[in-house]
Amino acid sequence: MTNEVTLHSFLGSPFSCRVKIALNLKGIKYEVIEENLSEKGPELLKYNPVYKKIPVLVHDGNPVSESLVIVEYVNDAWGQVPLLPQDAYGKAQVRFWAKFVDDKCIPALLKVVRSHGEEQAVAEAHEQLQFLENELKGNKFFGGDNINLVDIAASYISFWLGAAEEAVGIKVLNKDKFPKLTEWCDNYINCQAVKDCLPTRDATIGIYKMRFGKT
Amino acid sequence: MAGSDVILLDFWPSMFGMRVRIALAEKGIKYEYREQDLQNKSALLLEMNPIHKKIPVLIHKGKAINESNIIVQYIDETWNDKSPLMPSDPYARAQARFWADYVDKKVYDASKKIWVFTGEEQEKGKKEFIEIMKVLEGQIGDKPYFMGESFGYADISLVTFYSWFYTCETLGNFSIEKECPKLIAWAKRCMQRESVSKSLPDSKKIYEFWNDMKSKLGHEHVPEVENFGSFHVWFSTG
Repeated sequence: MTNEVTLHSFLGSPFSCRVKIALNLKGIKYEVIEENLSEKGPELLKYNPVYKKIPVLVHDGNPVSESLVIVEYVNDAWGQVPLLPQDAYGKAQVRFWAKFVDDKCIPALLKVVRSHGEEQAVAEAHEQLQFLENELKGNKFFGGDNINLVDIAASYISFWLGAAEEAVGIKVLNKDKFPKLTEWCDNYINCQAVKDCLPTRDATIGIYKMRFGKT
Repeated sequence: MAGSDVILLDFWPSMFGMRVRIALAEKGIKYEYREQDLQNKSALLLEMNPIHKKIPVLIHKGKAINESNIIVQYIDETWNDKSPLMPSDPYARAQARFWADYVDKKVYDASKKIWVFTGEEQEKGKKEFIEIMKVLEGQIGDKPYFMGESFGYADISLVTFYSWFYTCETLGNFSIEKECPKLIAWAKRCMQRESVSKSLPDSKKIYEFWNDMKSKLGHEHVPEVENFGSFHVWFSTG
């Protein structure tokens, strides 16, 4: 095994960053291949024929797709800095919350952004965010003192959400309503493993203005 | 039955609950099955799954595990002395996870369009469903199971939908076997396992259940495309 790791990615995609963060935390060297999503390359289509999306991790020629599947793979393949607990119950809890973020939180937040802060959308998003706020349980991260799969799943909230809020002129992650989550955002983006893969805020706001801005 | 180590909160026609039943059977685990009334959710269900309020819920020594695929992995990791449901190789495990995730993202929504709608919406659902089944069939190929020789996690995630195929075919007026013969061959192969055949209700019973449900709710109350609300109460996508 040569341990050659490449990541097919797209600019500052939060889903690509989930994978980069996992790789960074574990100290794994990897090469980033920037994909052009309007003209998908033959490698991307070969490695992810089902979804034709990024991120795709290729490890010694073997492709893995879907960001959270990739992160679990990275955790399985490289044992240092575990991203899930050792015990089965702990793993089940972490997987539950990561899935909750993916299935419920992020879609609810995207709905708020796309609707420019429509009241019902905000109420639904707040409901999901409250569950997360409670789940932090006064810890620095969802993983306690260290980042785990849930933190990684919630990466979007730490940086991209703020940029989207600014781009569209709304606020959904209110500090007074969600003080622990707000603090988590600051702690999370200040971790080196996360900092190293964040895009620039201005560029992200610019992209979001184009994508979601008022017409 | 007080003091049961393993309790499953379930709803008999749920393809998600069936996944857990299969996993428990594969491992030979004795458990207490508790049928839930989803129109009148029990205090226990609401306590054990406060976020989603859905079945299936596995309660092991008083602690709740939610989301069917997550429960299956939990069962595999806890009772790890026999019948492994996940491959041991990390790459193979990633493949198994990918396919179970694909099933979760695609199959339920497409199949629901077939049994909920008629006309154009149903035709759309059929087309989507067949496309998805063909992808899955392509992945299984000529192998006995998704990951090769061993029945496991990815197979469990999909095979439970087989109990609803008769309902899809009858209401949609098509033959899944005609479109995807290898998929049906795989499903029948899985059904030869006692864990599967004992965990899936009879297809005709599912069909009767669904017809009953539709007439209780009234055909005129079939929800708009965007809002599967009232049906979601019944069919947990956990």
